[in-house]
Formats: sequence, structure tokens, C-alpha cells
Amino acid sequence: MSRKPTNIELGVVLAVAVLVIVVLPCLNAFTADGNWLHISNFTINLYGKYLCYAMLAISVDLLWGYTGLLSLGQALFFSLGGYMMGMYLMRMIGSLGQYHEPIPDFLVFLGWSNLPYVWKPFSNFAFAMTMAVLLPGGLSGVFGYLAFRSRIRGVYFAILTQALTYAACLLFFRNSLLMGGNNGFTDFKFVLGHDLREPATQRGLYIITGIALLLVYLLCKWLTTTKFGKIQRAIRDSENRVLFSGYSTANFKLFVFVLAALIASLGGVLYVPQVGIINPSEMAPDKSLEAVVWVAVGGRGTLVGPIIGAFAVNAMKSWATRAYPDLWLIFLGAMFIFVTLFMPKGIVGLPEQLRALKKNFSMPKTNGGKIIETVSAPTSEKILEESK
Amino acid sequence: MTSAAPKPEFILLLEEVNKSFEGFKAISNLTFYMDVGELRVIIGPNGAGKSTMLDLITGRTKPDSGKIEFGRDTDLTKLSEPKITQLGIGRKFQTPAVYIDHTVFENIWLSLEGSRSVWTTLFSRVTPERRDCIYEILKTVSLADKADTKAGALSHGQKQWLEIGMLLAQNPKLLLVDEPAAGMTDEETRKTGELLLSLEGKHSIVVIEHDMTFVRQIARKVTVLHQGTVLCEGRVDEVQNDERVREVYLGRKKKN
Repeated sequence: MSRKPTNIELGVVLAVAVLVIVVLPCLNAFTADGNWLHISNFTINLYGKYLCYAMLAISVDLLWGYTGLLSLGQALFFSLGGYMMGMYLMRMIGSLGQYHEPIPDFLVFLGWSNLPYVWKPFSNFAFAMTMAVLLPGGLSGVFGYLAFRSRIRGVYFAILTQALTYAACLLFFRNSLLMGGNNGFTDFKFVLGHDLREPATQRGLYIITGIALLLVYLLCKWLTTTKFGKIQRAIRDSENRVLFSGYSTANFKLFVFVLAALIASLGGVLYVPQVGIINPSEMAPDKSLEAVVWVAVGGRGTLVGPIIGAFAVNAMKSWATRAYPDLWLIFLGAMFIFVTLFMPKGIVGLPEQLRALKKNFSMPKTNGGKIIETVSAPTSEKILEESK
Repeated sequence: MTSAAPKPEFILLLEEVNKSFEGFKAISNLTFYMDVGELRVIIGPNGAGKSTMLDLITGRTKPDSGKIEFGRDTDLTKLSEPKITQLGIGRKFQTPAVYIDHTVFENIWLSLEGSRSVWTTLFSRVTPERRDCIYEILKTVSLADKADTKAGALSHGQKQWLEIGMLLAQNPKLLLVDEPAAGMTDEETRKTGELLLSLEGKHSIVVIEHDMTFVRQIARKVTVLHQGTVLCEGRVDEVQNDERVREVYLGRKKKN
């Protein structure tokens, strides 16, 4: 019964993946600037950013949509990955910085003449990448272990994750952490010997990001079909039953939490060289909240939903922040409220919702008032469930 | 199923158990024995400590003092809920707790006894033997024709049976069933009674219940709880005619 829609979904995803990973970069590389088929460097770079956001969105949904754990601090793990990549990129500037010193500019500014200890191994790409796994993985592991062992659930868990990312944000603002303070890292020049200002390098990063997102999608898709994935959703729907069936739900939640942190971190690692900057504002609580909105808009509890949501909301943001810069946050909030009230399954659930609506209209025994009730009823239930 | 013991063996033993919640004595000096294979009904007015007693047995709360043992010398007071479940104690909650997003079949599958570690669940598949086993259980709780239905689409009564089926899937030695008939139609209640009676002997069962018709249908031996301790114990008719029980339930004399 569930086989067919899954296959259709997989087919569509693969088709879109080919478009994103193969066709768009080719159009960027092999068509001339004036050609109507041409994809500009700006667009490639922008989409590359969205692909990274999509990974963050999937990591939020893996927790929220699939396990019932609302994390309001997922951007922290995204940023930590980004910072680890950033440290490597800072080392690759060499002495091409403003001060023409062999150490990063901000360290010169802080009065350092030699490279601090912690910075030394980051000239090595493999080390930086290992840290991009260990740091977010370790932090989520310790935090998750303590939180799930203490049976912290629902809004309390959400608030704690929010506090965690805020604390990290404040920590990274401090110059004494030697992570660039409020300016963070920028002015990157090279990644693995390739010039970051070259369109070809950006295109390569874009393709790698596309492939990474596809692999993350396939991994999560596989996970949801396993018994593990079913237990994940069982925890979401009835944690006590799972607990009294002999499963240690804390272990299962911990596994998902660490996995989600690593996916977010991967997004951050690929985000930084494409955007060219990482600073503590990426850890600010509103960044994580935004990611939750992407998931809600796209459709939580699905894997294509977060990807669609990340693209849709960010495309809207790119437009709105130019057209009505002051109104964007109000617009974002309004969108979240609208989606929660009227589109509980997001964009992905829209066709199904419309079908149900049509069916209700064509049924003579239900009146107009009742139809609206049936559409909005599951929403309020869901909200109540979350606030438990 | 349970190996024959040389001397009469208790499946469950509670001795002098006490538990207070912020000054309120929920359980006081509770002593309770149950034989292997017994079907025992526990009744008592609201706040008598029935659900707390189940919480204590299943490790959800820990007693302030006293002994809680399972089978032969297994101390339950030190163990976590999943550990206690794995020993063979299954608990059914008052409101049906099933996985609404999964099919009836999957609900049973997830509950089936076996390894509970994260790693094994990543790679485990439904084998033919397990499939047979799942259908066997579904037949017992008369849900075989609903195997592919999402549990969320079941009626209230069917959800209750499904949850009982999920308990059976764990193959527990002791089943703790909290108000299974609550919210059921008379017909569903009767069927639930038959189901529990059919399990008697194969499993030891504790049923907490309010509905006296239902209690009369299934009860062999009834324990009456009052203010966190055992008020009296015996056959249904004995208990119903007991002066103290009438007092507690009907409140005719002044409360002690």
C-alpha cells in the first residue's frame, strides 16, 4: 500500500536531483551570459545556499516531524560545522590578509603574533572535517544524553535547545574565544587549492552540496523504512507505550538527535565557503526558529517537505527583504501562523487537503460550517499535542 | 510455560510498601501476593492507590520503603521501566496507547519480544515466522482482518484490544491491565472479558477495574484497595457483601 507513493516520490526526487546537480551547473558553465537558458553565477551561489538550508531543515524535521522532538537550536550545529570549515578556510588565506601576516587578521588585531595552539591543526582539511563531526556530534551527544535521561520533553526540551544555542551565540561573540568575535570569519580565499572567487569553484561547491543533500535525503528515506524509523514515529505518537514495550526511548532519541546534529553540521560546512562568511549571528535563536518555519511551511513528517520549505521560504525572503525589508519578520510570523492553522501538512500536504475539501463539498450531507471545522480540527489537536 | 516450582511460587510480591507524594500517602503498608497464572482483579474507589501500585511495579515511581519482587527474588525497586518490561511485565494503560500512524500489523511487530537495541532495529526485517506469530496474536485479539489498517482509524474498543495484543506480543509473564473496559460498549466489554479469561493460566494477569458487571464476569479473586492499602480480599460475592467495602464505596458510616 505504501510502496507506490514512495516510488513516485523517489522518482520525482531523482529527476529534480538530476536537474539541480547536472542540468543547472551545465547551463551555468556552457551557455553564454546573454542566452535565455543561462544560469548566472549569482543564481548558482544562491541555490547552493538554499541546498545547505535544506539540510538544516531535514535535520529539524527528523527531530520534530519524525520523533516529536521540537529543537529550537538546530542552527547551532549548522554553525558549529560552519565554524570548523571557517577555521580551515581562515588558515588557507595564508598571508594574503589585510595585515599580510601568516596568521588570521583578527588575531593580529587582538595582538597575537603567533598562531594559538587550538588553531594549529586546522591547516589540515581532514582535521577540520573531523572536528566538524566530533564537535557537533559530541555536544549533541552530551546535551541529548543529559536531557533524555532526565526525561525532558515537549516545550521544556524546546526551551533548553533554544537556551543552548543562545549561550553558544554569546560565547562566540567573545573575542577571548579566539573565534573572531562578532565579526566571525570572512575574506576566505582558497579551499583545497581552488580559488573561491572563481565561478568554477563555486559551481563545484554547488554540485557537491547537491550531491550531499541527495545522500542525506536517501539516508533519511532509508532510515524511515527501517524498524528504527517506525520506533521513531512510535515515540512521537505514544512514548510511554514504547517505553513500556521495553525500548529505552532515551537511546533512540539520542541517536536521532546526534544524527540530526551531524546533518545540520554538514549543511554548515558547505554553507560557509559558498556564502563567504560565518559569524555568531548564525547561532542566534531566530535562525533556528526560521528553520522550524521552513519545515512547517514545506510539510513536516515528510522528507521532501523540508527541502521545499527551505527553498520556498528563502526565495520569498530574498525577495521580501529587498522589496519590504522592515516587514519580513512580521511576514514570516504571519506565514507560520497561517500554515499551522490552515495547512497542517504544509505545501506537501496541500493536494491531499484540497482533495479532502473537494470531497467534503461534493458530499451533500455536510454543510459549509462543518467543512471548515473538519479542516482545522486536526491542527488545533496537533498544537495541543506539542504543548504537552 | 512457567517452570513448575517445588513450592508454591508468587509471581508478584509486595510487602510493607509505602509511597508518599509531597505528604500525601498514596500507598501505605501495602502487602500483596499473587500466584503464578492467577487472574486477579483490583478494585477500589478513586485515589485508592491502584494506578500508583502499577507505577511502583513497573518502575515508573520508586517506593519510599518496602519490598517489591517479581517471580523468584527479582527486586523490582532498583530497575528501570524498560528493564522491568524485558523481565516479562507488560502494562496496559487506562487510555489506549497505540501507534496511530502505524498499521495494526506494525504495532504488534514493534512490540514483539526480541532485541531492543538501537543497532538491531536499524537492520531488522519481518521474518516469515514472526509474521505468523503476529497474525496469531491478531487472531487472539480479533483484529486479523484489520492488519493493514492504521491504528488511528480503529474504534476505541479495537484500540484497547490492539494494545492488549501488543502486550501479548511481548510474551509477558505478568500482565497489568488498567481499566480495560473504560469507555467500551457492553458488547465490547463482554468480548474484552472473554479475551482476558482466555489468557488466564498462560499469563498471570492483574486487572484494575471500576465496572462491577465486568468484574463479576472475569473475577476469581478480588482485592479491594482503600487509602493505599488492602482493605479486603476474596471472591466477588464475599467482597461485595463485606461491611467495610460497602462503607468505603457507599460512604454510609463516617470515614476512618
